[in-house]
Amino acid sequence: MTVSRRRRAALGAALATSLLAAGCGGGGGGDDGAVTLDLGLFGTFGFEEAGLYEEYMRLNPDIRITEESVERSADYYRALQTRLAANSGLADIQGIEVGFVADVAANHADAFVDFATTENADESLGHYFDWKVEQATTSDGRVLGLGTDAGPQAMCYRHDLFEQAGLPTDRAELATLWADWDGYLELGRQYEASPTKPEGSSWVDSPASVFSASVYQGETAYDDEDGNPIPESSDGVQAAWEDASAAAADGLTANLTQFGDEWNSAFVNGAFATIACPAWMLSYISTQAGDEGAGTWDVAPLPGGAGNWGGSWLAVSETSEHKEEAIALVEWLTAPEQQVKRFTSLGYFPSSQEAAEDPAVASATSEYFTGAPIGQLFGESAAAVRFTPIGPYDTQIQEAFTEALTTVGGGTDPDDAFQAALAEIEQITGG
Amino acid sequence: MTIASDDPRVAAVTAPPPDAPPAAPAAAPRRRRARLTRNRWGYAYVAPFFLLFGAFSLYPFLYTAYISLHEVRLSDIDGAEFVGFGNYTALLQNEFFWNAARNTLTIGILSTVPQLCIALGLAHLLNYRLRGRTFFRVAMLMPYATSIAAATLVFGQLFGHDYGLINALLQGLGLDRVDWEAGTLSSQVAISVIVTWRWTGYNALIYLAAMQAIPNDLYEAATLDGASRWKQFIHVTVPALKPTILFTIVVSTIGAVQLFGEPLLFSGNGMTNGGASNQYQTLGLLMYDQGWTNFRLGQAAATAWAMFLIILVVVGACALIARRRARAER
Repeated sequence: MTVSRRRRAALGAALATSLLAAGCGGGGGGDDGAVTLDLGLFGTFGFEEAGLYEEYMRLNPDIRITEESVERSADYYRALQTRLAANSGLADIQGIEVGFVADVAANHADAFVDFATTENADESLGHYFDWKVEQATTSDGRVLGLGTDAGPQAMCYRHDLFEQAGLPTDRAELATLWADWDGYLELGRQYEASPTKPEGSSWVDSPASVFSASVYQGETAYDDEDGNPIPESSDGVQAAWEDASAAAADGLTANLTQFGDEWNSAFVNGAFATIACPAWMLSYISTQAGDEGAGTWDVAPLPGGAGNWGGSWLAVSETSEHKEEAIALVEWLTAPEQQVKRFTSLGYFPSSQEAAEDPAVASATSEYFTGAPIGQLFGESAAAVRFTPIGPYDTQIQEAFTEALTTVGGGTDPDDAFQAALAEIEQITGG
Repeated sequence: MTIASDDPRVAAVTAPPPDAPPAAPAAAPRRRRARLTRNRWGYAYVAPFFLLFGAFSLYPFLYTAYISLHEVRLSDIDGAEFVGFGNYTALLQNEFFWNAARNTLTIGILSTVPQLCIALGLAHLLNYRLRGRTFFRVAMLMPYATSIAAATLVFGQLFGHDYGLINALLQGLGLDRVDWEAGTLSSQVAISVIVTWRWTGYNALIYLAAMQAIPNDLYEAATLDGASRWKQFIHVTVPALKPTILFTIVVSTIGAVQLFGEPLLFSGNGMTNGGASNQYQTLGLLMYDQGWTNFRLGQAAATAWAMFLIILVVVGACALIARRRARAER
């Protein structure tokens, strides 16, 4: 779950204050001897929605669970950084996202419980895909947290809009037509040229959709093997920029900023026909598009092969007053059975290999997405993913590129926009 | 300090015998101690303010200066490295800084000038005997009482490209939709509208208060001389308001240099870069972007100090001009 979910009211400075206030609240025991555990999360992890908190509290009557969630992961990261720097205000359990896990691992690993040395380490780490544990492991072998979901990607599309524009709507047929990004863009040009396409709709929501999907299909995305940023020379960036800037320059996109207000409104208004969707995007789409959108969406494989965008971990703060209980809760929430439930109810794809291979996952279909075999689609994508190295500035670098692509959609020359993005990135990495 | 002034010791302490110079060194500390004890309640009364000022203004102020001399990231605060004025020289060569400075200046002009002119006009109108005058005066202050965040979010929606009310109106009039957020001038105009909307009433109220202090005889005399309402406004009202106008210019200018909330929230997507091509990134926003998105605290602190110096220069220039004017008129 990368960037996040709906962003409603006031953010800004007010947000940071309310976060701090919220984060300072937890940790205390209740009057009746119950232990309250608080989770500081971002976006929607879906524990609450999948009924997992309730189930855990039923199984453990002396535990209370509270959750504070921030819409955008970038805002969450900002608050987390502040609390880590001040070494206070951390919740018992904090969510960590792939965009900044490398930064936390490098600088603040000692603020979190090392899951490589917990009592149940063998069991709690044993069921994961190797890469999921590796990404959260520090150079000296500490494991920051236990993985929740992964972000294998597919392409979500509106089959009703496709039909109106006279395009094929069959998943298998589309999969061959957009086996690569050129095929996808070609189909997009057909869509835009179609005299019968719904007025005011574009082929894809944003150039960022193409970029963020394609960039993880390369050998490298934003960083080299050692985690140093290489935005200029990375093959993933090169290819993704070419595809995405072509989409933007040819006017195939609605040129929206992902996770912005207008983007959210656009789901309801049918302003775009396709959107690259990591598994966690499914519940975002169904939330935004609402009941009216049910049965209008479908899922097909991603152009250009598999790719992974996003994924998170749960970490336990060393400063937590109830470390034992928090560790137990995290182990339970991330156990294969719970990962299966999160996928079948909300579409968050397991980062646990055991869960991913569970028949309930492999055979899952989504009614909302017109019965698409999401278990098979995301399972195949997850199995084929090649993981790109991660670095400490991935969140900001991705933002710099996707923002620059928005200007291409507004008429800026792609090469100029690329240089502008590199200049912005230099501000972040310090050149 | 009335408590102290009738203390009989005053005479004894403040009038040492003139023919005893060796006693002077001893008298000085005693005198000071005496004054301290006499005034201790005074110090106690002002202490809370100075404690808060010290903790929340002076300390951050000095700490920012200290940080600005270091290369430091939020994720590794203990790893600060002293770089002298490196952050400042880097800032002067930084295209983002100059871009933000330019944006701050243009947005400042676009918002301050109409804001003060409209405020002056409004105050003049409200100075007449109108029916429901109190209602208008209160209504005028409403925007000022609205939170920046709420106002900006509403305006952000109004200025939206696809579903915004303003574009819907433009289209209704047969005009083209404007991508307010994406354009340089259009986004700056939109932000200036928010600032103007918010602050006009406040300034109008200040002008109004000052106008009511202008003696009525001046207007009567002007009327006798056959001056029209407009002439009265130009030749009586405006000159009498000069100190007030200067005050509002200074306050608005400081506000303009620090402009932050509006451009931050205007994007509607939580981005801190002031638009995809930084088209409405102000200095305040640049500082926030450097510090809280890029986590480069040293750089952000240097920007903060640069902003402070800019404000000092601008306010100093205003004061100087005002003094020159005042002297010339005398």
